[in-house]
Amino acid sequence: MFLELSFIWAGLIAFAVLAYVILDGFDLGVGILFPFVKGERQRDLMMNTVAPVWDGNETWLVLGGGGLFAVFPLAYATIMPALYAPIIAMLLGLIFRGVAFEFRWRTKRGKFLWDWAFAGGSMIATFAQGVALGALVQGIHIENRAYAGGWWDWLTPFSILTGLALLVGYALLGATWLVMKTEGEVHDRARGFAWLTGVGTLVLIGAVSLWTPFQHEVYLHRWFAMPTAAFSILVPLLVALCAWNLFTGLKAGHDRRPFLSALAIFVLCFVGIGVSFYPWMVPPSLTIADAAAPDASLSFLLVGSVVLIPIILAYTAYAYWVFRGKVREGEGYH
Amino acid sequence: MFGLDAIDLARAQFAFTVSFHIIFPAFSIGLASYLAVLQGMALWTGQAVYQRLFDYWKTIFAVGFGMGVVSGIVMSYQFGTNWSVFSDKAGPVIGPLMGYEVLSAFFLEAGFLGVMLFGRQRVGARLHMFATAMVAVGTLFSAFWILSVNSWMQTPQGYGVNEQGQFIPLDWFAVVFNPSFPYRLVHMVLAAYLTTALVVGAVGGWHLVRNHMDEGARTMFSMAMWMLLVTAPLQILAGDQHGLNTLEHQPAKVAAMEGHFENDGPVPLLLFGIPDDEAEVTRYAVEIPHLGSLILTHSWTGEIRGLKDFPKEDRPPAAIIFWSFRIMVALGFCMLGLALWSAFARWRGRLYHMPLLHRAATLMGPAGFVAVIAGWVTTEVGRQPFTVYGLLRTAESHSPLEAPAVATSLIAFIVVYFSVFGTGVFYMFRLFAKSPDHGLDVEDIGPTRTASREPVENAG
Repeated sequence: MFLELSFIWAGLIAFAVLAYVILDGFDLGVGILFPFVKGERQRDLMMNTVAPVWDGNETWLVLGGGGLFAVFPLAYATIMPALYAPIIAMLLGLIFRGVAFEFRWRTKRGKFLWDWAFAGGSMIATFAQGVALGALVQGIHIENRAYAGGWWDWLTPFSILTGLALLVGYALLGATWLVMKTEGEVHDRARGFAWLTGVGTLVLIGAVSLWTPFQHEVYLHRWFAMPTAAFSILVPLLVALCAWNLFTGLKAGHDRRPFLSALAIFVLCFVGIGVSFYPWMVPPSLTIADAAAPDASLSFLLVGSVVLIPIILAYTAYAYWVFRGKVREGEGYH
Repeated sequence: MFGLDAIDLARAQFAFTVSFHIIFPAFSIGLASYLAVLQGMALWTGQAVYQRLFDYWKTIFAVGFGMGVVSGIVMSYQFGTNWSVFSDKAGPVIGPLMGYEVLSAFFLEAGFLGVMLFGRQRVGARLHMFATAMVAVGTLFSAFWILSVNSWMQTPQGYGVNEQGQFIPLDWFAVVFNPSFPYRLVHMVLAAYLTTALVVGAVGGWHLVRNHMDEGARTMFSMAMWMLLVTAPLQILAGDQHGLNTLEHQPAKVAAMEGHFENDGPVPLLLFGIPDDEAEVTRYAVEIPHLGSLILTHSWTGEIRGLKDFPKEDRPPAAIIFWSFRIMVALGFCMLGLALWSAFARWRGRLYHMPLLHRAATLMGPAGFVAVIAGWVTTEVGRQPFTVYGLLRTAESHSPLEAPAVATSLIAFIVVYFSVFGTGVFYMFRLFAKSPDHGLDVEDIGPTRTASREPVENAG
């Protein structure tokens, strides 16, 4: 069962989405924190920490969406119309922040506008992703291979909460990233942000986690009934451990530890969602097997993925290594 | 909105977003290759002018590439949001091809873009050259896969259909290398190279009019005109071959391109006309007898099927295709004319001393973009009324959406695209306005020569 192509692909898509969340998460987070840092030079510095890598980070979103289209076309064809408004909002947000990376340097008078486009676009895109996640957890109503719900089904108090949680969570990733990548004023500001968003993230994760099991009977059983509960309990325990690591790291003035702890928290939350979802692809309507494309499609793309994904990871790692270390003022080609 | 239903709005949205998007890849495919050539020349010859041109076009590339990326992300999600039935049914065949585009092209471009833009000091000249080449290769891989997808939608083969009505891949080689794929790929890549050559030539020409001693402008103008001279005739040849292929596989499209309704002997070439789908006739036709047969079938008396030969519900709308096709072809011949003119000027040793030629080149700057859009309109509207030619109708492909939802998103896209990308194009023009010799930061290029003119003010 576990070696079936559809399950391998579910794992690969999950990996792509997780890679997206933690990679684009920190550069979106930098955008979210943008308005709270004053001064052009500080903002230039913040942007230059992510400028060489943001595009690669965002490509994981294309792989997540494109991969879903390729190997789970039915899931793609039902999730996208169901989450129409948040998806469109996310795309528009990503347009504004994406072009800001270049446009910001092409004007002096209009620079503040692109500061706002970067910050506003990052916030809208993040909030929309969080809302979309919440709406997916709530469930999507499907009949006859098509979305059969209403146009505002995605909008609930729960999805608003997940949107807020992601906003604060990405801000935490962005803050700890800046702690690692900068020095001086920005570094000190970022440490403050990391404390604030760290506490906020934990509170919101707690709220979302307590609310999630009551969205579906299956989630409830997974988390609170034996024998699965014995394993599930590990997730919150590990989150607590990472949180402790985050705050002690901040207190001791470590540069890398807070960022790595924040990443670990995100990975654990992602595992938590997986624990709830399995074996659904689109709860409560489609399982992984239901949604999968024919084996001929799955195997064709898998052959290339097995070769290409390690290569991608290798040169992505290389690109990060090229730009390793602290970013100093005035760096960048602009 | 305007009494349109959800499917009309979804079509309008797709046409709008894809037409906007295609501009950027058409430019970045050609420009990425140009940058690789410039960087290679800089390393090989050691002449400073190539490095200066690389830095000049690199900045423009970065602005255009950013717009291409964000408008492309919209495309990758639009299949699901607006065309979910198509996604469900065609996903098993075209999804993996698009998956390969992401894996082999997008990551390559994005991964090495940062090194190309920011990393020369950090990695050294050779690795930087490698990164630049990888970005260029990535854009070509991207063209390969996306043209394969589009071609399969035009000339599908290698598939079966399962009980859910999904297309199932049976033979991947047949799917990828479907009958129209090689023609389309060559035609599109040449179009991208032409588009870039025209833009580079326009910028070079513009600066030569101002200062014919501008070394950077001379070099870029010369390179662009060489490129034009090679690709413009090749493109006309490729277009002709593509036309023969279309006649074989999509005869209704060719009939619409020609405004040809009847089956009655040798086909004339219509220079002008207004096809009327309802009355099944092309009004006000200005025609050259037999020339249509000669071009389409390479025979003086060859016959082609008229639109009346196809059921009315299976015909594409003729008027749009008739005119978009003519715009594309006319621009193609203008490009050839410019190429020949520049070759003549070069032969006479006056390439840098013909202001009229430089002005003409500047005027032709946007011609590639217009031709690319006109070409895509011809081929995509010509595929109607199907999304997968002959197999899946457009009217059966769309999402179960309500008109207000699609109308709202359409308006949002229009407002955002025009304001954001309009601003981007404005910034590009401001970069074009800088001379490659005098308009850069001093630290980038070392001491500049004494300029006869002041550098153009660069910041607003």
